[in-house]
Amino acid sequence: MSLSVAIRHSFADFALDVGFDAPAGVTVLFGHSGSGKSTVVKAVAGLLRPDAGRISVNGRVLLDTASRVSVPVHRRGLGYVFQDGRLFPHLTVQGNLTYARRATGDRFDSVVDILGLGRLLDRRPGALSGGEAQRVAIGRALLSDPAMLLMDEPLAALDAPRKAEILPFLDRLCSESGVPILYVTHAVAEVARLASHIVLLENGRVLRSGPAAQLLADPALVPHMGVRDAGALLNARVVAHHPDGLTELAGPGGPLFLPGVSRAPGDRIRVRILAQDVILTRTRPKGLSALNILEGTIRTMHHGDGPGVVVQLAVGDEHLLARITRRSAETLELATGQTCFAVLKSVAVSQVDIAEPAPTP
Amino acid sequence: MAFLGPDEWQAVALSLKVACLAVAASLPFGLGMALLLARGRFPGRHLLNGIVHLPLILPPVVTGYVLLLGFGRRGPIGGFLESVFGIVVAFRWTGAALAAAIMAFPLMVRAMRLAIESVDPGLEEAAATLGASRLRVFLTVTLPLILPGVIAGAILAFAKAMGEFGATITFVSNIPGETRTVPSAIYAFLQVPGGEASALRLVVVSVVVAMAALVVSEVMARRVTARVAGR
Repeated sequence: MSLSVAIRHSFADFALDVGFDAPAGVTVLFGHSGSGKSTVVKAVAGLLRPDAGRISVNGRVLLDTASRVSVPVHRRGLGYVFQDGRLFPHLTVQGNLTYARRATGDRFDSVVDILGLGRLLDRRPGALSGGEAQRVAIGRALLSDPAMLLMDEPLAALDAPRKAEILPFLDRLCSESGVPILYVTHAVAEVARLASHIVLLENGRVLRSGPAAQLLADPALVPHMGVRDAGALLNARVVAHHPDGLTELAGPGGPLFLPGVSRAPGDRIRVRILAQDVILTRTRPKGLSALNILEGTIRTMHHGDGPGVVVQLAVGDEHLLARITRRSAETLELATGQTCFAVLKSVAVSQVDIAEPAPTP
Repeated sequence: MAFLGPDEWQAVALSLKVACLAVAASLPFGLGMALLLARGRFPGRHLLNGIVHLPLILPPVVTGYVLLLGFGRRGPIGGFLESVFGIVVAFRWTGAALAAAIMAFPLMVRAMRLAIESVDPGLEEAAATLGASRLRVFLTVTLPLILPGVIAGAILAFAKAMGEFGATITFVSNIPGETRTVPSAIYAFLQVPGGEASALRLVVVSVVVAMAALVVSEVMARRVTARVAGR
């Protein structure tokens, strides 16, 4: 376990009682605002001292209130990327990046390369766009040679185009740097794209903690992800780019056709398929414009309070979620164990939903 | 200097000496006090703030008299300083510097405090997460960001020290060559027939010094704003 957290803390109007263990890779702390995510990250960094608890990273104890251990912030050796960047305004980008004493040598060049900071080095933070500033902030934290990188909603302050600009850098960071990451967000799209492990927080408590693919494919958690944002992950391999602009993937339940995926044939990727984009049929449909038809077996069905039902489908050895109406489920007489077909429009999957496969811890 | 007569020049030189010592000696205390008032969270903070600002509001003659009671040769602090270190400040130019420093202290602290309050504590947190100790955070983040404010505070205090009159004349009197600073000299010249010309020349010097100080401290204050914004 690379990160182990068990803390209790009381605020005037809010009590936090959180415990989880996270493996190496990218652990996402996910929950609505006010669920206590930021408090947990601040406690790990040492910026907030919880009433009681224990925190260790890679076996090193950073906090143990029982034995009165509390390593000061500057000795914890963790990188922190703040939501608002917090670049030093009086230093250039280069000065910011090399602020940590260990920020020297080959690492500098590779981090500047991964984050595309080369032409920004002489600028001052005031002359950077929001996306550029956040990339510098990530680079600065990374260059302190951290045992773990803490990222507190690093994209929350950015608009959609800036997010789209940074996400590919984060992908590369997660897969290439090898630094374990604790990532806080309330955006499911970021969870699906980056997470290898998810800790779901609600009202200051851990609701679930587990591998990303497993939690995202759990119908019972759909209400927590948000019904419009919920979707399972499928691992696939790029087979070929066709002249009509479609990319053919080899997925768990057969071929998948998606609009132009910018990866080379042979690359492994993971694709998020939103539950609300999936149509279910009992028989293999014919004469349909949708290109992707995946055969699967119904594993579970989750009835919520509203008119919807979330169906979990086993496709090959992976899982898919489909959100349909209760009325459709009854008309089709869907039941656990049945075979049915999931229909997916190619254009329903956007580039934002395509990411590197989850790093294996 | 042809513009000033020897007596006048003596007063100007003495004022410069007194103001330099006053600012140099009070700068570390001013910075510490500004940090304490801007960042400290302790009971009695408002009381301390009031005490620091007291010389600004009290009649200067009262401040001077209190200094005389405390730092006079028979006062508790003055007596201690004389018997232990052999230092006498009453009726000496060092006493004039002490009076000037006390009177200028609120202005100095105020300018520095405003600069410190404009710095986002989040930047100091960020520096700590990058492995910087508290001292390094102060020297590499806080101080560079507030430096123009510190300089502005020092310049304002210098100008105030140059012009201090009421507390100075009460505490250390008006001794030519020892405690007769520019304002005391102006006062003295106005008491004798034919002294108006000398007084007027010193008035010009005072106005020039005060204006220059205001302009420079204003420029420095703007520089704080620009620095904190990262331009």
